[in-house]
Amino acid sequence: MMRLNNLSARYNILTGYVNAVDNVSFEVMDNEIFGIAGESGCGKSTLLKVMYDLVSYPLEISDGSVEIGGKDSSGKAVILKTGEIKKSWWRNISYIPQGAMHVMNPVTKVDTQFYDAISKQNCNFNKKALRQEIINYLHELELPASVISAYPHQLSGGMKQRVIIALATFLNPGIVLADEPTTALDVVVQRGILTMLSRVQRKMKNSMVIVSHDMGVHYQITNRLGIMYAGQMIEIGPTEEIFSTPRHPYTQMLINALPRIGDLNQKEGIPGTPPSLKNPPPGCRFAARCPKATDLCRVKQPEVFQINDRHQASCHLLYDL
Amino acid sequence: MADYMLEIKNLTRRFKIGGMILGKSILAVDDVSISLPKDKTWIMSVVGESGSGKTTLARMILKLLEPSSGKIFIDGIPLSYYSKKDHRKEFYKKVQPIFQNPFSTFSMRKTVDTYLYETALNLDIARTRDEATEHIRDILHSVGLEFEQVTGKYPNQFSGGELQRISIARALITKPALIIADEPVAMIDASLRMNIVNLFKKLRNEFNVNFVYVTHDLSTAYYVSDFIATMYRGNLIEFGPAKELLSRPSHPYTELLLDSIPKVGVKWDREIILPDIETKEYSAKGCKFAARCQYAKDVCHKNSPPVTTLEEGHKILCFKYCGYKI
Repeated sequence: MMRLNNLSARYNILTGYVNAVDNVSFEVMDNEIFGIAGESGCGKSTLLKVMYDLVSYPLEISDGSVEIGGKDSSGKAVILKTGEIKKSWWRNISYIPQGAMHVMNPVTKVDTQFYDAISKQNCNFNKKALRQEIINYLHELELPASVISAYPHQLSGGMKQRVIIALATFLNPGIVLADEPTTALDVVVQRGILTMLSRVQRKMKNSMVIVSHDMGVHYQITNRLGIMYAGQMIEIGPTEEIFSTPRHPYTQMLINALPRIGDLNQKEGIPGTPPSLKNPPPGCRFAARCPKATDLCRVKQPEVFQINDRHQASCHLLYDL
Repeated sequence: MADYMLEIKNLTRRFKIGGMILGKSILAVDDVSISLPKDKTWIMSVVGESGSGKTTLARMILKLLEPSSGKIFIDGIPLSYYSKKDHRKEFYKKVQPIFQNPFSTFSMRKTVDTYLYETALNLDIARTRDEATEHIRDILHSVGLEFEQVTGKYPNQFSGGELQRISIARALITKPALIIADEPVAMIDASLRMNIVNLFKKLRNEFNVNFVYVTHDLSTAYYVSDFIATMYRGNLIEFGPAKELLSRPSHPYTELLLDSIPKVGVKWDREIILPDIETKEYSAKGCKFAARCQYAKDVCHKNSPPVTTLEEGHKILCFKYCGYKI
């Protein structure tokens, strides 16, 4: 459905380059939810932007490519590359940016926002029929019909986010990218949004990519999970397997940092901070924070190690086993 | 002096919404009473979803908002005492805030140490700048930062976690008796939250500071608190010692909150009802949670539930525990 080949992207700042995404390759399959986890500043949002072909100064692609499978306007299956993806926004691929609910146009009603988005793809539509379709779709997502003629400020945060998801999935795109879809929402609403997202995915059988820093969120809804650290994808595997047998020390620490009800043992967050992406250290980028780091880790970047055909990680320690 | 460190008595805050004439009013905090002991230091969590009135409660304790009725006592002294201009400094020395978004707490155009110096000098903690520097150095050290790392830098040079630590250091300068932290970890990565929350625990023990920790995240609340208060649409629906409350959540809403934490190991199975538009729920008759409650009976929709005491200090506002009788 979607393939990234050795993708690198960087921000051009006055004093040099910030390599926010460094040599990332993975595939997103048909009919799955792929999660991307990592700390803030690890490049996961940048990666998503590049996947969506939302590349403009100061962001640039320095190497590699993105390919997505989609349909052209006559319904024929085609492969789209960066540059072409932009033309099929909403139809083949849609994107829910971080904090999307706060950037809805405050002076237009929800229906107008739907018309705006759809007119980008299809100029001659019947407004009345479309309105009914939108109402039906909102109803499917358990939103009351009255939402369609409401202004954004009349809706609660959770409702706004559901409207945004409805908007992003209305034209039935093959790929939906969501950047932190539940951050800044409270736990109950978060749960509602996540169950709704996975229900939409099951119904439409498309691919979703969800970025979140909360490992609990990934456990709940994703099928496969990629862990990012300092611009690199350090571990990819089936979600269940990542949680049961995490192989990279960073993944292990991420999972152990989660507090659990009923467990009052002293929990530690991960100490230290990620390295600067402007001039990253020569070896493994996690070495400075890694409790198991050896001298080799500090000088040589680890290669990708295939644990099995679906699970891979980049760590020197795996080669010694 | 007083028996209680923090005592809240029948606190109510009414907000008017809508037009001048046709506007309605909602009770953002409705008749809340909490008392917390003085003999040992504690961390109390106030949990609830957005629009539950928890921030309004915190703002009233901070005197950023006047209550419509009811009283708050800190260490036996009513908050109205501090309204006089002469007593204001005394209040700031006793009660300090930590806010949600560390990036908007600090102005982008000032170095962060300005805030530390201003707090120390304006509140008469230190007389000279040198004295203040010594004091700030100690405080920063206790939150896990070094003075040299912080001084002369602007907020954009720090990560969210570091800024939140500086925020905590600033609040600690006056050696307050009470710190009100409103969603202090909401903007911080899940993997770094534990560091901040651990810091609260450490400060409670070392500095004898009491914390009111406002959050919607029950997992960190459970981890640090001695007491937990659950709020829903202005009502304090459950209050009790943290361990008891969460090992056996009693109010259906606390149960829902607990169940909704994205956990590793257990997947969600039950479908839930999401909240309706807030104002609608605020004006609902009877128990405000009834429309979303799986145990609700007729009586819940019509009457407000009474306070039931389950065990020592564990209070609950639910018909389920008094046999659905008025």
